Amino acid sequence: MTAIGEIEYTDVRELRGPLVVIGGVAGVGWDEFVRIDCDVGESGERRHGLVLEVNRDLAVVQVLEDTSGMDPERVRVSFAGAPLRVPVGPGWLGRVCNGRGEPVDGGPPVFGPTSAAVGGSPINPVRREPPGDPVLTGVGVVDALTTLVRGQKLPVFSAAGLPHLELATQIAAQSTVRGEPFSVVFAGMGLTHADATFIRDALEERSAAGELVLLLNTADDPVIERILAPRLALTVAEYLAYEEGRHALVVMTDMTAYAEALREVSAARGEVPARRAYPGYLYSDLASLYERCGRIRGRPGSVTVLPVLTMPANDITHPVPDLTGYITEGQIVLWHEAHAQGVYPPVDALSSLSRLMRKGAGPGRTRADHLDVAAQLLAALARARQVRELADLVGRSALSATDTRYLDLADRFLHHFMAQRMDEARPLDEALERAWQVLLTLPRSQLAMLPTELIDAHHSPEAKEQDG
Amino acid sequence: MGTVSGTDSARECRVLRVAGPLVELEYVGGTAMYDLVSLGEAGLPGEVVAVSGNVVTVQAYEHTGGLAPGHRARPLGRPLSVRLGPELLGGIYDGLLRPLSDSGDWLLPGAHEGHGAAHSWWFIPRAVGQQQVTEGTVVGEIRAAGPVPVRVLVPPGCHGRVSRLAAEGRYPGDAVLAVVDGTEIKMGTSWPIRRPRPARERVTADAPLSTGQRAIDLLFPVARGSTVAVPGGFGTGKTMLLQQIAKWCDADVIVYVGCGERGNEMADVITELSALEDPRTGGRLADRTVTIANTSNMPMMAREASVHTGATVAEYFRDMGLDVVVIADSTSRWAEALREFASRTGELPAEEGYPAGLASAIAAFYERAAAVTTLGGAQGSVTVIGAVSPPGGDMTEPVTAHTERFVRCLWALDRDLAYARHYPAISWSGSFSRDATVLADPAQAERRGHVAALLAEADRLADLVDLVGITALPDQERVSVLAGRLMREGVLQQSALSARDAYCAQEKTAALVDAVLAVVEECRGLVDSGIPAATLEEVDFAPVIRVREETGPHEAAAVAERRDAVLARLRELR
Ligand SMILES: Nc1ncnc2c1ncn2[C@@H]1O[C@H](COP(=O)(O)OP(=O)(O)OP(=O)(O)O)[C@@H](O)[C@H]1O
Ligand SMILES: [Mg+2]
Repeated sequence: MTAIGEIEYTDVRELRGPLVVIGGVAGVGWDEFVRIDCDVGESGERRHGLVLEVNRDLAVVQVLEDTSGMDPERVRVSFAGAPLRVPVGPGWLGRVCNGRGEPVDGGPPVFGPTSAAVGGSPINPVRREPPGDPVLTGVGVVDALTTLVRGQKLPVFSAAGLPHLELATQIAAQSTVRGEPFSVVFAGMGLTHADATFIRDALEERSAAGELVLLLNTADDPVIERILAPRLALTVAEYLAYEEGRHALVVMTDMTAYAEALREVSAARGEVPARRAYPGYLYSDLASLYERCGRIRGRPGSVTVLPVLTMPANDITHPVPDLTGYITEGQIVLWHEAHAQGVYPPVDALSSLSRLMRKGAGPGRTRADHLDVAAQLLAALARARQVRELADLVGRSALSATDTRYLDLADRFLHHFMAQRMDEARPLDEALERAWQVLLTLPRSQLAMLPTELIDAHHSPEAKEQDG
Repeated sequence: MGTVSGTDSARECRVLRVAGPLVELEYVGGTAMYDLVSLGEAGLPGEVVAVSGNVVTVQAYEHTGGLAPGHRARPLGRPLSVRLGPELLGGIYDGLLRPLSDSGDWLLPGAHEGHGAAHSWWFIPRAVGQQQVTEGTVVGEIRAAGPVPVRVLVPPGCHGRVSRLAAEGRYPGDAVLAVVDGTEIKMGTSWPIRRPRPARERVTADAPLSTGQRAIDLLFPVARGSTVAVPGGFGTGKTMLLQQIAKWCDADVIVYVGCGERGNEMADVITELSALEDPRTGGRLADRTVTIANTSNMPMMAREASVHTGATVAEYFRDMGLDVVVIADSTSRWAEALREFASRTGELPAEEGYPAGLASAIAAFYERAAAVTTLGGAQGSVTVIGAVSPPGGDMTEPVTAHTERFVRCLWALDRDLAYARHYPAISWSGSFSRDATVLADPAQAERRGHVAALLAEADRLADLVDLVGITALPDQERVSVLAGRLMREGVLQQSALSARDAYCAQEKTAALVDAVLAVVEECRGLVDSGIPAATLEEVDFAPVIRVREETGPHEAAAVAERRDAVLARLRELR
């Protein structure tokens, strides 16, 4: 990591939450990286921090490992003269580290040919190449209806009790970009130990293949590591993408835990809170992460970001999902109702949207019929939902024959199209064929969005019988 | 604004405190409010926002990482200004109007350069030597890349005899083209972003701005020189709508300010505008557009400056007698920058942490919209259209609530409409246009009245239908429900992604409305003569619903044909 200067400061004026205020400093700049040596109990310990503010001869430092056990009389602080940098390079692939990038897999520290500041720099909007081409996740409902596009940021909105971690892990384990170099960086924040173990197991194979970087921050790790972990993940991914020409997928879960960590630090600093006590800069802070996705003209790689968040009390107007929605390019929403029916992955296709789908799917990108099939399926689902409300009102028996078919369609959609195993990598072709089969539950007259030749090609004899 | 590390400095002083964009300096005299300051070795630009005792508070426009107490700072003795010139058209700039095309793949602090002087342009004199001129007089014209006539004007406060005038020819951006009363007049000029450029007088905004969007031109029209807010939750279509207006409205110049939004969207706007043709002039749409991009991950305080920069650019073109539209997406992100900075200075927060001056800051921005008689006597206008992103879709939150008070038009985007893929999701019950009455001719006003009444009635009945089912309604009311559906699907819906319907001319809008009204009228007659509403509900109305998609933007006659086809079919029911 960042080299550290020689001068040691010992004048600790204040310790509060994750913050240390040091007096008598000179020439210390904002946002510098800090090394803190302290004697905790009998033994010496090394901790790290970032400069949050410099005021005359005072420096306010945020400690990455927490201040617990720190005694103001037994602390020595030195400043790096530069922001926090981490080594970057392919050495990260196959490694498992904590939120600060220290190995937890028993291996040596990660080295790289060069280093990069974890804060990153904004991509010049003029140099951006608009996102294009898909990342295929092998999850049928995602690939077919909310295609993830290279360079996109597409979050998963979930709630307590729903299998978002399973979905995030599955996507991390099996995503591909059709033969081009591909890497996954997975950052887990505020995880239970059970979750961390689940993730390690599920991603072991890809990790062993040297295609995955795993950063795990558990709920009992220091709060500030939670703030660092996604930045570290993105910094590592940016190098893999823009310097080494890979397509990098960054999965970040759970962003709600991240935002809570941010709130905690903000409260410790005594900042004026905005909605629900989250800091007023939550939008810009989240944007400083999500906006690091993209493609750059003349460079072959891409960074695609898939943040996962749990909506407290399933409330989509909560600041974390709300501000995320304002930054990202669509959302994949998980759904209690499908989950209750035992369907995995329980995606609410009607509330989900990949705003960039047109850039990643269709002729020359996935399949010529992809966009039409997706649009028709969503339109049919919307109608099916209306029909179901009507059926709740008047009873199923009072429905017209066509309307009854819509109910069948909704059913087949859940069980034949959406449901898949957690370890099943479903090819897009299969997902689209299943979509066709679901659509052909309906009579042809209801499939106005699909070209006739295509319907002919897909119409099975059985369906023809039903029609006739 | 040029580079701030220039030598035009007053005294040097020291940095005392750095907390993100907030920098405090010791006061050394000669430092005035809103003066520009150069910070540290890198010469980061900052602006004085408070002077108290012997401490000067500065908001920094770039990342202040590494800046330390004791570092040097230099007050530059002039306000934060931008360079205005013909090169702006077709260009892409950051919040301080520095060209982004000059920077590399990543934006690094202190790496920006000045601009303008490198270009050269063709100048055609319009004044004559020894002519007596006053402020705003046209000295000459510049042939810019596109169709916009860029004029060189006698600057505000200057009048007298033209003592020198350049001959027609090509000149670099910094050449002196004329001298009036000792004042050198160049191709470009410089102006402080927070000071509105003067005009002779404000005039009533009573000429319509045609947006090509039916829901707007029909129901909530906007005048040239007016103000509009577009509030809507995430994904309701603010950006798509504003981009549609940037593409298709009939203004002369568009200033598109991407203020704290997505980098990918800016990349998209840039690519699309360069590819699209201006339907009126045949030139590239990009050549009538100035794009200011300050994405959400770019320095926060430049976001604050960017809306003022945008307004200044707009006024520069307005003063040439042009109609300009400023689009700001999103003003909520700009307000957040105000809040962020206020909280760092420890200012006492008002509602939701916003500074107490929020309302007046919003008002001041929208006040820069106006239809004017310019100093030179021409007519020009600046129309301001701002997106608002209410947290949690809550329309009572401070930014939305204050903005609503200051604008003349509100196009409120409705989550339910967007969810149902009804685009543009402009709520007909939650929006307003205070310009509507001055703009409409009697025929238009009548049409609008019909449509509004029809939609309101359909909404009222929709609530009933949810309770009792459609079959419980009397037949005439069932026709009203049908009418609402035809109006929504056949007229108001308009996909930005459609090849033929993204833009719609006034005559086609009128034809579509008249088609639906005629069909509804016929249905009412049929019900009166005993045809059951249920029979009418089964009729295939697709020809009048789909005609908007199937005909070009000006094909009003084709709409009438489809109308007649459906009317004929209805008459067969008698
Ligand atoms: N006029 C329209 N025509 C067709 N599709 C639209 C239209 N408006 C919105 N959409 C759809 O809705 C999506 C979101 O629209 P948009 O990006 O404009 O929302 P927004 O209000 O700007 O959201 P945010 O606040 O997150 O920026 C688009 O990607 C598109 O799929
Ligand atoms: Mg938007």
